[in-house]
Amino acid sequence: MSTTLGARRLANPLMTASGCAANGQELHRFFDVSELGAFVTKSVMSEPRSGRGTPRMAETPSGMLNSIGLQGPGIQAFVEHDLPWLASVGATVLPSIAGGSATEFAHVAAVLRSSDAFGCVAGVEVNISCPNVANRGLVFACDPLSSAKVIALVREQVPRDVPIFAKLSPDVTDITAIAAACVKAGADGLTMINTLLGMSIDTDRLRPHLGGVTGGLSGPGIRPVAVRAVWQVRAAMDEGRMPTVPIIGVGGVRTGTDALELVAAGASAVQVGTASFNDPTAPVRVLRELTGLLEEKGFATFDEVVGIAHGRQGES
Amino acid sequence: MNDLPTQPVSAARRARVVQEQAELVATTRVGAYQHLTLASPGVAGLARPGQFVALAVGDESSGTLLRRSFSIHKVTPGPSSNGAGGTVEIVVSAVGAGTRWITSRQVHDRIDVVGPVGRAFPLPTAPVPCVLVGGGYGSAPLFWLAGELRERGCTVDIVLGAASEDRLFGVLEARRSCDGVTVTTDDGSAGVKGWVSDVLPDVIDRRGAGVVYACGPMGMLRAVSDVAAAHGAVAQVAVEEAMACGIGICMTCVMPVVGSDGLTRMVRSCVEGPVFRGDRVRWDAVTPTGAVVPPDAVGAPRAVTR
Ligand SMILES: Cc1cc2nc3c(=O)[nH]c(=O)nc-3n(C[C@H](O)[C@H](O)[C@H](O)COP(=O)(O)OP(=O)(O)OC[C@H]3O[C@@H](n4cnc5c(N)ncnc54)[C@H](O)[C@@H]3O)c2cc1C
Ligand SMILES: Cc1cc2nc3c(=O)[nH]c(=O)nc-3n(C[C@H](O)[C@H](O)[C@H](O)COP(=O)(O)O)c2cc1C
Ligand code: FES
Repeated sequence: MSTTLGARRLANPLMTASGCAANGQELHRFFDVSELGAFVTKSVMSEPRSGRGTPRMAETPSGMLNSIGLQGPGIQAFVEHDLPWLASVGATVLPSIAGGSATEFAHVAAVLRSSDAFGCVAGVEVNISCPNVANRGLVFACDPLSSAKVIALVREQVPRDVPIFAKLSPDVTDITAIAAACVKAGADGLTMINTLLGMSIDTDRLRPHLGGVTGGLSGPGIRPVAVRAVWQVRAAMDEGRMPTVPIIGVGGVRTGTDALELVAAGASAVQVGTASFNDPTAPVRVLRELTGLLEEKGFATFDEVVGIAHGRQGES
Repeated sequence: MNDLPTQPVSAARRARVVQEQAELVATTRVGAYQHLTLASPGVAGLARPGQFVALAVGDESSGTLLRRSFSIHKVTPGPSSNGAGGTVEIVVSAVGAGTRWITSRQVHDRIDVVGPVGRAFPLPTAPVPCVLVGGGYGSAPLFWLAGELRERGCTVDIVLGAASEDRLFGVLEARRSCDGVTVTTDDGSAGVKGWVSDVLPDVIDRRGAGVVYACGPMGMLRAVSDVAAAHGAVAQVAVEEAMACGIGICMTCVMPVVGSDGLTRMVRSCVEGPVFRGDRVRWDAVTPTGAVVPPDAVGAPRAVTR
């Protein structure tokens, strides 16, 4: 079940999704996090952040809205405590980094690279798409130029043999334009998708339900949007409209079948997010289910299934 | 550690948690609540008073994904030493879609349980007098606690409050497991008409209580914390904040709490709580609809752009 992400080969294609697994210790009580292809950590910024007030979540049909606001300990604490812990249990790690400006992203990447535990890092996920930062105008992933600037600055800070993945937002007119800009600026791969911007009204009080007013929609309810985004970008690669790079699929995966959908649309790896809140063992269960499905269908390797649906369009 | 007459539970014990498909072995109506008994040996073998369980709603394809949290009312360890056969009891108020589903389960149905979660009530190291305060179903975890406290030689008084008589839980059990029982209702349908905070100063003073343990709505916990502080007692309160995962991975359940270094942080009430020392909670930032981030909290936004 191994898969290739840029210069790296991962033991399997299953990952946690950023912000849905904390930094490992909590889930390690339910399964061994080193069994995952990679552990994706909560997006970390340069300074400690308190995030937003509560309520920070609202349940939606087959999903949820969250307005956490990137709460976290800051990159210094992350490289001193969280990354060494993940390394100590043998995890393969994809740290997720975020920033309020392109230079903040670059600073976070530089501190990360200088960490003694950097050896466990198989790639860096660059979260240019979080809808929960105070200034909503700054969702980098809504603009090709700002996205490219962040990616170019981060690429300079991360050693060449460590791939960087730009995490994209589905809330754009043409996701392939943003994807192409990120790859041109140096992204070795793409993670799709982050949450969709949504909102919920408390109908007893007739006021916004979330402390942060708007929030990010996630869970099985958004899976068709994720499949669409992966499909569109993979098609753009196949048609030569942009260079071909690996895609990490994320959005609404709860079962092996859900994962297979993203893989067939073009994803070389799959992340499990909100489903872990329902079932803490979801990431390893999905891996088991996906492995079983591929065996059942008679595939010898994982690679041959990646993007397979594109060649079968319109087949009878 | 001697500023407090209590000791924390060991880290190793706190960290252990299991997920199991528990069979519902009994379900009975108690006033306005449903009292459920689950065969959940793994949880029963590990749990301490004050900890809770997080229950999944529906089966593995349910459209309701988020877990619902309930204080553990009581556990009965199984016949074998590893707890096999043990049961866990909870008291549920059906208020929304998830709790309605849970309370409509029938005997022999299975429910996916994660637990025990959170920090238990810290127990005193010396036999000090204690007062327990429960609001509505918030009294559920207190009788088990009362038993443990009396085993340690503490005298235990309990104050039970609710809006009306049918929303009180465990008055009879309180008479069995505590040294003194006081009941209050907002409408006067049972006990003293008024709030728990009206009678609490008297109960604390009468016994010279050193610790007040409380579980119930946020407003009540704030009042209990204030009364305890004013009467020289330490308050240990179990808070209720909306939780998506219950196991520390989502960051939805945060509360503003002052650490031992004097700094306020937004901490996860599912793993760092639900029990906090009352004087450590930043009640000034807790409103009836949620908590705001105090401007002096670690990592608080420097300039708010709205
Ligand atoms: C530590 C803890 C212990 C609890 N113990 C008990 C108990 O012993 N007995 C009992 O009846 N209830 C208890 N509750 C409250 C119970 O979890 C909520 O009433 C329940 O989650 C509401 O679910 P619902 O599906 O009926 O409501 P919905 O409104 O459909 O819930 C939607 C979402 O909001 C969350 N939510 C809504 N109301 C609350 C609330 N008051 N507190 C926390 N989350 C909420 C739900 O968990 C769910 O994720 C406890 C809560 C916590 C955090
Ligand atoms: C509570 C919560 C917190 C999240 N935090 C982050 C984050 O810090 N960084 C990030 O890139 N994505 C974050 N996400 C988005 C997820 O990583 C993922 O892209 C999204 O939830 C869709 O996947 P899912 O449907 O499997 O949850 C968060 C999602 C949730 C639900
Ligand atoms: S409920 Fe998810 S972190 Fe507390």
